[in-house]
Amino acid sequence: MPTANATVAFFLIDTMQDFTLAFVLAGQLLIGLDPTLMGIVGLSLAVTGSALLVACLIGFPVGALIGFRQFRGRSFVIVCLNALMGLPPVVVGLLVYMMLSNAGPLGFLQLLYTPSAMIVAQAVLITPIVAALSRQVVETLAREYADTFRTLVVPWPTALLALLRDGRSGLATVALAGFGRAIAEVGAVIIVGGNIAHVTRVMTTSIALETSKGDLALALALGFVLLLIALAVNATVAALSLATREAGHG
Amino acid sequence: MASIVSTVPFPGRFASAPQVRTSRCQRSLQTVDLGFEAGGKTILDKVSMTLSPSGLTVLLGPNGAGKSVFLRLANGLLLPTRGTVRWGDDRPTDATRLTQSFVFQRPVLLRRSALDNVAFVLKLRGVAEARGKARSLLDAAGLGALADRPARVLSGGEQQRLAIVRALATGPGVLLLDEPTASLDPASVAAVEALIRSAESQGVKVILVTHDVAQARRLAHDVVFLSGGVVREHTAAADFFLSPHSAEARAYLDGRLIPQEETNSC
Repeated sequence: MPTANATVAFFLIDTMQDFTLAFVLAGQLLIGLDPTLMGIVGLSLAVTGSALLVACLIGFPVGALIGFRQFRGRSFVIVCLNALMGLPPVVVGLLVYMMLSNAGPLGFLQLLYTPSAMIVAQAVLITPIVAALSRQVVETLAREYADTFRTLVVPWPTALLALLRDGRSGLATVALAGFGRAIAEVGAVIIVGGNIAHVTRVMTTSIALETSKGDLALALALGFVLLLIALAVNATVAALSLATREAGHG
Repeated sequence: MASIVSTVPFPGRFASAPQVRTSRCQRSLQTVDLGFEAGGKTILDKVSMTLSPSGLTVLLGPNGAGKSVFLRLANGLLLPTRGTVRWGDDRPTDATRLTQSFVFQRPVLLRRSALDNVAFVLKLRGVAEARGKARSLLDAAGLGALADRPARVLSGGEQQRLAIVRALATGPGVLLLDEPTASLDPASVAAVEALIRSAESQGVKVILVTHDVAQARRLAHDVVFLSGGVVREHTAAADFFLSPHSAEARAYLDGRLIPQEETNSC
């Protein structure tokens, strides 16, 4: 059946061309610093950066407090915190959506479908991660410092600050882990942000949308940027832990 | 006992301990029937003694004798399971700890520069211009060149000297030292001992835990000999090394009680 074979061949060539073309176009978008692409990347970084800031401001002190203070129910709190690290993004999106929707308790803020809503969602998603991981960092350090701080009679707020300061390289790694998780998630931001062009469209939501539309070039270009960011984050973590070890802080 | 310091080729490094304002409300340490148990094992038993409020007391004995536990009980880092510890009339509390400094066998230094380690305790005690004072304290102890290095990359001997400078920076009346030279080379040991001696000469009461007989000979005014969690004797140093009262101390000084592994660092 020559006709059928030809159709298959044409189809294959066609897809191959599509595929190659997608890579070429993606390259052009990246090299030409396409404004749409840059806008999406910029918004992604801004949203995740803000969410990370919020998460660290809450997560570091909370994690540190749980890490070095003894209190009733501490083990239970730690188990809960560790469990919250695995929060599914879509569930976070749903909960934040319910809070922010007009019928929800925070509806009056009119935040739904704004970048602020996405910041809230990502912050909710990664604050437990930051808190749980910094708890581990601080607890290890606190165990080492415990006798010294007791014999020096260090008041606990001073001890807390000292632990956060001396644990800074470990905490920076924790922050990067939170950043990596937030920038790569799609479930939460697509629900509360709505993926509105030029307003709430970030890298992950764009990839999802463009792929389903068949515009593989933009999706690929964004995917490439995401991979680059993941690489940069991991390289920074590696560099940090090396510097830490060289300074004898490991 | 001749000072070992003078035989060391670079005496400049072993300058005096920092001049410190010492809290002079010094009181004798008195224990009555002091005991400590952990995990069903008696670590210290029926220790009743009084240490004078000045001078350098060495707690000597083999590993596992309960020396370190005694020091921790004295500072209040551990609570006795029997008996009492008193500094003058007071049990060990934050108030007594504020007048004491404790140096651990493995120095616990903050993950910051040497300077910031000293500045930390000065700030803690509300000293103004903490960093400037910290620098001059380090200079006085011959550690000035290391001030800006991260404390954790210093050598073992430098770390321990830094820990002692930091301990003295708060101007304690009592300095508690738990095997401070256990894993150091001879030059570092000499440097640490110079700091200890200098502190003692400034009126700081020093209680030093060691299993090193030579070190005890070099430093002690009086010796408390412990073995098996029991105080075997408490004797002036001159008498102790000449003619120890207890059979255990005699055996220890003759090197009979020390199994081979315990002559190592810890």
